[in-house]
Amino acid sequence: MSIAVTKSRYQSEEFSARLRRRYAAERRFRIAGMLAVGIASLMLVVLLGSIASKGYSAFWQAQIRLEVTLDKQQVEERNYTAILRQALYAQVPAATDRATRRSLNDLLSSGAPYELEAMVNANPSIVGTTQTVWVRADDEIDQFMKGFIRRDVPESERRLNDVKIAAIDALVAKGSIQSSFNTTLFSAGDSREPEQAGIWGAIVGSALTLVVTMLLSVPIGVAAAVYLEEFAPKNRWTDLIEVNINNLAAVPSIIFGLLGLAVFLGFFGMPRSAPLVGGLVMALMTLPVIIIASRVALKAVPPSIREAALGVGASPLQTVTHHVLPLALPGILTGTIIGMARALGETAPLLMIGMVAFIVDIPGGLTDSATALPVQIYMWADSPERAFTERTSAAILILLAFLILMNGLAVFLRKKFERRW
Amino acid sequence: MSVQTHIPATAMASRPAAAGTHGTKMVARDVKVFYGAKQALKGINLDIQENRVMALIGPSGCGKSTFLRCLNRMNDTIENCRVEGLIALDGEDVYGKNIDAVQLRARVGMVFQKPNPFPKSIYDNIAYGPRIHGIASHRDEMDEIVQTSLKRAGLWNEVKDRLREPGTGLSGGQQQRLCIARAIAVSPEVILMDEPCSALDPIATAHIEELIDELRENYTIVIVTHNMQQAARVSQKTAFFHLGDMVECDDTEEIFTNPRDERTQGYITGRYG
Amino acid sequence: MQLTVLLIILALLTVIGYQMGRSRAVASVGGRIVELHSVPSYHGFYVALWAGLPALLLFAFWGASEGWLVMQMVLAGLPDRLVQGDAQAIGLLRADILNLAHGVTTGREPDPEVVAAAERYVRLHALGDWSLLVIGCCIAIGGLLYARGRIDPDLRARNRVERTANIALVICSLVAILTTIGIVLSLLFEAMRFFAVVNPLEFLFGTHWSPQMAMRADQVGSSGSFGAIPLFAGTLLITGIAMAVAVPVGLMSAIFMSEYASPGLRTWLKPILEILAGIPTVVYGFFAALTMAPFVRNVGGSLGLDVSSESALAAGIVMGVMIIPFVSSLSDDVINAVPQSLRDGSYGLGATKSETIRLVVLPAALPGIVAAVMLAVSRAIGETMIVTMAAGLTANLTANPLDAVTTVTTQIATLLVGDQEFDSPKTLSAFGLGLVLFAVTLTLNMVALRVVQKYREKYD
Repeated sequence: MSIAVTKSRYQSEEFSARLRRRYAAERRFRIAGMLAVGIASLMLVVLLGSIASKGYSAFWQAQIRLEVTLDKQQVEERNYTAILRQALYAQVPAATDRATRRSLNDLLSSGAPYELEAMVNANPSIVGTTQTVWVRADDEIDQFMKGFIRRDVPESERRLNDVKIAAIDALVAKGSIQSSFNTTLFSAGDSREPEQAGIWGAIVGSALTLVVTMLLSVPIGVAAAVYLEEFAPKNRWTDLIEVNINNLAAVPSIIFGLLGLAVFLGFFGMPRSAPLVGGLVMALMTLPVIIIASRVALKAVPPSIREAALGVGASPLQTVTHHVLPLALPGILTGTIIGMARALGETAPLLMIGMVAFIVDIPGGLTDSATALPVQIYMWADSPERAFTERTSAAILILLAFLILMNGLAVFLRKKFERRW
Repeated sequence: MSVQTHIPATAMASRPAAAGTHGTKMVARDVKVFYGAKQALKGINLDIQENRVMALIGPSGCGKSTFLRCLNRMNDTIENCRVEGLIALDGEDVYGKNIDAVQLRARVGMVFQKPNPFPKSIYDNIAYGPRIHGIASHRDEMDEIVQTSLKRAGLWNEVKDRLREPGTGLSGGQQQRLCIARAIAVSPEVILMDEPCSALDPIATAHIEELIDELRENYTIVIVTHNMQQAARVSQKTAFFHLGDMVECDDTEEIFTNPRDERTQGYITGRYG
Repeated sequence: MQLTVLLIILALLTVIGYQMGRSRAVASVGGRIVELHSVPSYHGFYVALWAGLPALLLFAFWGASEGWLVMQMVLAGLPDRLVQGDAQAIGLLRADILNLAHGVTTGREPDPEVVAAAERYVRLHALGDWSLLVIGCCIAIGGLLYARGRIDPDLRARNRVERTANIALVICSLVAILTTIGIVLSLLFEAMRFFAVVNPLEFLFGTHWSPQMAMRADQVGSSGSFGAIPLFAGTLLITGIAMAVAVPVGLMSAIFMSEYASPGLRTWLKPILEILAGIPTVVYGFFAALTMAPFVRNVGGSLGLDVSSESALAAGIVMGVMIIPFVSSLSDDVINAVPQSLRDGSYGLGATKSETIRLVVLPAALPGIVAAVMLAVSRAIGETMIVTMAAGLTANLTANPLDAVTTVTTQIATLLVGDQEFDSPKTLSAFGLGLVLFAVTLTLNMVALRVVQKYREKYD
């Protein structure tokens, strides 16, 4: 080799050793980063996993088959409880003494007589006949069937006594108890009895609230964004509005609840627990989100479009309504859906305006008392029964499904209409 | 990143030892660079001599900056960039096993187009390199390095009273000299300069050009420039790049007075570029 | 019902007005549209606006004031023995009438006079709605006819419509300001009523909190149970735990995703963080109460520690998890805003990737990261559901994360949920807490947003 090779300090052994240490530090740093995303992912998996594993069983509900004899007199007296009980005693051979019978009475859901009554009212011709019906079992029977109440626990610590378990075993042996899809969960309002409780009332309440939110926040939000982005002069006044909107976006949601309580309920005397008020509060809360998203979408429309429209003699308003807004629409829509998804998951402000009441009926209008899906979750989470824990988790799964649907739609819109200028 | 060494080591050894009194510091043989499917360099052969200034000129997008960034493997940081061919520093393949990118960049420093002082004090800007490489073992030594580097970069007198002030507070020309001082502080063997004056005014440019001429004594310098007068003023060797090819490389005087290729002639007479 | 009918009629009238204005404008020039000052559709909008807007304004005004007006009329008609008394008694009376009118049954037997008043309230309400329907329709038709009569080739319909639209836009952009004013005024007003009975200094610096003890207004002053320090301390403790989880994990995730992860990995990791961010807080609360709290308790128990079943630690950890995506997306923004040239400068000197990140990128991004942390703190302080569901109600003044503590938001939520005597200091104290919460979070947000803005300007 004729090339003069002088070893620099960077080729010394000392430097190599140091370099190895530096690369070790590099690896440690990288691992720390991986650990961080690992923790975040793990928490997501644990969170969703724990809820799914608690909640999936709520989609099934134990039912008991009974041969009910619809005695005319009992029907006239509306004594459906007795009809059902007689049918039940007939199914269980051990039901001979009073104590056992009393114990068996708890096997059926307290809502079963109403179900039967509804059935008779719907088809009066069955009075006097014997019918095979499936009625809901009590939540504890349901839990036992799902294996959440263990039979190897001493009777005194168990929620089901031996008599009931024996009766259930007898029913199972006859094939008179089965687990079927829990339609009640999707069709009923709230109830104190887990097996009669459903989330339909909460879903309707949420839907009514969201409709109000959307009708108010979208037009106002888009209009405000259009004004600020397209028409407003740049001065201290518009700066103030801008700072104000950014700050409003970060105000804790419970503060909006206090506002709703003091202004809408206290000052304007609007009804408590009404989706109308909930929607108003949510609208104020999502307004900054929609304004900010719409402004971003409007900003993304290149000035050349505006110049072209103004150049052919369109007025500023025509320019915006005919050219700029249609191009910004996908972005605005995406922002709106995300804002709505956030409003759907929001709980705290609704607590303040009284949408946290025990409401059995399905709300029929904007001023009816109602609750919302996340609030229903909050209320059920407080109930001690295992069956409610299960239903809370199921309600969460349904709420998450709605949110995934909405966010998925937003992502789809963004992907489909994404345009790079 | 894959590197294929087509050229046997003997090819290098068979090169004449040196042109004049200057040894060959870096060698490029058939260097090809791809950004994804797009080829940016089409096989560059170039020798860079020790203690001289080599200017790389050519129209924008001709690959001169890409080539410069291969010399200290700055292209490693760009995703889907692939380098083929051989680049050697003192006869050692810089993409080979024996040389690590970190070590290489300490030996082959770089100054960028836009002055990019770190948002730290002037002192910490200079001390950054020595600190990470563990060059100074105690404070006095570090003070010494900072002072020498700033002096060599001709910045000492202007900043000696405000070493603790942020480097971003300096003027553009001062910032660029700070960046040069920062590069010098790690005592590299080669300094790569990527259009170091393009963001500066004429007076600051003159300062930097003077500085480059002085630095030649101790360092090998490769400079990419858009400005042909600058190439003529500061360099001894000039290479002309065009559309990913190295068209011509010769003594600067030759290139500017007597270009062999008509593309070179067209460029230096200002017909395109 | 009447209101819905009115809205439908108004919608119909505006559509009719639009068509009418359009065709009349075209007819006025015999089809030679160029002779019109404005294109026909603007004439249409002009008539539509006249038909819809005045009636709509009346509708809005009525909607806002009807309840109050009707109530005043009802109260005026009541015998003196009922309406005499202080504001509190009147407030109760109002609530009773409203409850009866809406068919809500209260426990106690209502006064026959009150029942009569409730019936009167319902009657007046219905009467008001009917008259609104009639008057609204008249105004709408009147407006429509007036505007139709003004259609003329020279009518500057476009300018008028656009001016109206502009005013509407300005009003919409003022809603945000009005919301802020509404928040400030309502909090201030209610908090003032609270501070009239409880000394503000005692509220801010007292160390004993038990609002339940305050049964009546006149007892509060002496009981001194509205010292909010334990709440502030509890909030800070939980926020601190949350930050201890969220800041390192969020920041390192952001660094890993923006500097290390391959594009393929990034497309997987980003949605994970986005999903974490999109999960409603009530779900986190449920998770904290039912999974994390027992877990922490069991782990603590196996280490021989006495952990409360509503420990601050469990709530804090879950809140931290909730805030991870918030910190990481904000940090991601600021890290990406650091110019590549700084990274290049560092790599060019022979720095490794982690050295570049630790010694150049993070210091350069520091203001932005500090702002991100401040926003995250503000978020944690204002978070309600997790702490309401997983933290306790006992106002302990402790720094032990294994104890149960309570927070400002928990107290607001529990004080205002359930039965409400709107005028008791117990209820009003929630607004005092709300005011403090609003002031603190607003300050944090303002400062953080300022810092972020300054930071952006620096590298733009």
